[in-house]
Amino acid sequence: MISPKIHTKPFGLHAILVEWPMEVSEVILNNILQFETFLKNHCLEESDWEYVSAYNSLLIVNKKVTLDYASFSEKLQHWYVSMGEKKPYQKYLWRLPVSYEKEFGIDLDEISQQLSLTETEIIALHTSHIYTVYGIGFLPGFMYLGGLPKVLETARKNTPRMVVKKGAVGIAGKQTGIYPQESPGGWNIIGSCPVPIFDATKKEPCFVAVGDQIQFYKVSRAKYDLHKIEVEVGIYTPEKIKIDA
Amino acid sequence: MLKVLKSGFYTSVQDLGRFHYRNKGVPVSGVMDELSVFKANTLLENEVTDAVLEITMTGPTLLFEEETYIVLAGAEMSVTLNNLPIKNYKVYQIDVGDILSYGNLVAGFRGYLAVKGGFKPKAMYGSYSFYKPITFANRLTDGDIVPFEYNKIFRPKISEIKVDSFLNEIVLEAHKAPEFDMLTEEQLEVIFTTEFTVAKENNRMAYQLNETLKEHAVSMLTSATLPGTVQLTPAGKLIILMKDGQTTGGYPRILQLSDKAIAILAQKRAGAKVCFKLV
Repeated sequence: MISPKIHTKPFGLHAILVEWPMEVSEVILNNILQFETFLKNHCLEESDWEYVSAYNSLLIVNKKVTLDYASFSEKLQHWYVSMGEKKPYQKYLWRLPVSYEKEFGIDLDEISQQLSLTETEIIALHTSHIYTVYGIGFLPGFMYLGGLPKVLETARKNTPRMVVKKGAVGIAGKQTGIYPQESPGGWNIIGSCPVPIFDATKKEPCFVAVGDQIQFYKVSRAKYDLHKIEVEVGIYTPEKIKIDA
Repeated sequence: MLKVLKSGFYTSVQDLGRFHYRNKGVPVSGVMDELSVFKANTLLENEVTDAVLEITMTGPTLLFEEETYIVLAGAEMSVTLNNLPIKNYKVYQIDVGDILSYGNLVAGFRGYLAVKGGFKPKAMYGSYSFYKPITFANRLTDGDIVPFEYNKIFRPKISEIKVDSFLNEIVLEAHKAPEFDMLTEEQLEVIFTTEFTVAKENNRMAYQLNETLKEHAVSMLTSATLPGTVQLTPAGKLIILMKDGQTTGGYPRILQLSDKAIAILAQKRAGAKVCFKLV
C-alpha cells in the first residue's frame, strides 16, 4: 500500500505540524499513528518530544529545542519515506456502559421527534455502532469520535446549556461523545456513562488513546449505580478487547 | 509552610508546566510569564522548574510559618513585608511569622513570588501547576497552606538585579502558524498594522482581542494548538490561547507567539494595547 503524501507546516520555533490529506479516514489515522510510533522509536528518541495527533494531523513539539523549519521539515519527509510498511501498533476496543434513562437522556424526547425515530431505535442505533477515537482534546479526556450513523445526525441545540453534567453522553452533527467533566455544551444529551474517561486519581489518567475504538452498551439504572460505586472505590476496570489491525 | 490569609483575585501555584499529557487533552499550564519567573528562580539559585505563586491583579496576604528566602518578580505591585515596602528582583530573608501583603497593582498584571527551593504542593503528573480537574482547585483560597522546604543557610551570590522591564512593551513577535497562508492581503494588512485592544475576556486559558479581521469561511478538521497560538474565528475574532488553553481546536491558527511575546501578553489586562510583528 502506498502511504498518502504528507506536508509540513511551520508552527513557531518549538513545533511543527505534519498534515495528511484533509479527510476523516481510518487509513489516514493509522498512518499518522504509525509515523508517530516510528518517530518515537527511531528518530526523535529524547523524551522531551511530545506528539498530538488529531484527524489528519500530527503536532510534533519540544519546548526545549529551537527548530529550523526547513531542515526539520526535510528530515521528517525523509523519515516518513524510510518508515516503510510498519506493523500496526496495538489498539483496543473499549466497551462503555451507558444509562439512557430519562433522568440522564434529557434530550431523547426532543430528538426522537426531530429524527422520527423512537427512543428505543435511537438507543439501538447508538449502541450498535463502533466509534473511532480521532482525537482527544478540548478538555482532558474529551474524545472526538467518528462513525456516528447518518440517521442519528442532529443539529446542536439552539441555545447551549450553561451546565452539562460530567459523564453526559451526547450527539451533535456527525459526532458523539462523553463530557469528561461538567462544562457548558450544546450537544443533545441522550444518556450518561458512569465511567470517567479522565480520572486524575489514576496513575495513567486516561485509558483511551487516539486510534482506539469505543462501543457503548445500554445498562439499567441499577447497573449504572453499581458501576458508579465501583469507580468511586477504585475497583472498576473498563472492558477492553484487543483489535487486530 | 506558607499560610494564605487572604487569597487575592486569582493566586495559584505554577511551575513551567505539565508535559506529556497534551495527547489526553491536558493543557500544559505553568506560569504565564516565564521571563520574569526565570529571573526570580535564578536569583534564588533554584531550578528553572521550581514552582512559584502566580499572583493576578489583586494580590494576597501571606503568612510564613518557616524560614526561607524570597524574590518577587513580574508585575509591579506595592508589596510590604511586615509593613515595610519591598521591591521586585531582590532576595529577602524571611523569618517565622513574617507577613507579606500585596497592595495596589502599579504596572503589568501578574506578579510572582518565588521561594528558595520552590513551592511544593502535591505534584500531579510531573508538575505542581494548578489546573482543575488535574489538581483539586484552580486557585488558592483563604486558609490554604502551601508547603515549601525550610532554609536559613542560603547565601545568595547576587542579592539583587536591575531588569529591563518589558511591562510596557506592546509588540508581540509572532511566527507563522499552520493556517497563516489563508490570510488575504487585506487581513495581512490589518493584522500587522492595527493596534489591538485586549478584551475583557482574558484569563489563563485565552486572551481575546476587541478589533477583528474580515470574516472568513475556511474550514478545517480539529487539530493541535499550543500556548501562544493565535486563532482566527469565522467571524474574524482573534483568540490567543494561553497556558491553560485547550490542546486542540477547530479554528484556523494564523500566528504563533514567541516565548517572549507570551510573557508580554501575560502582563496585559483588558483595555491594554498590543500589536503583532512577524518574525
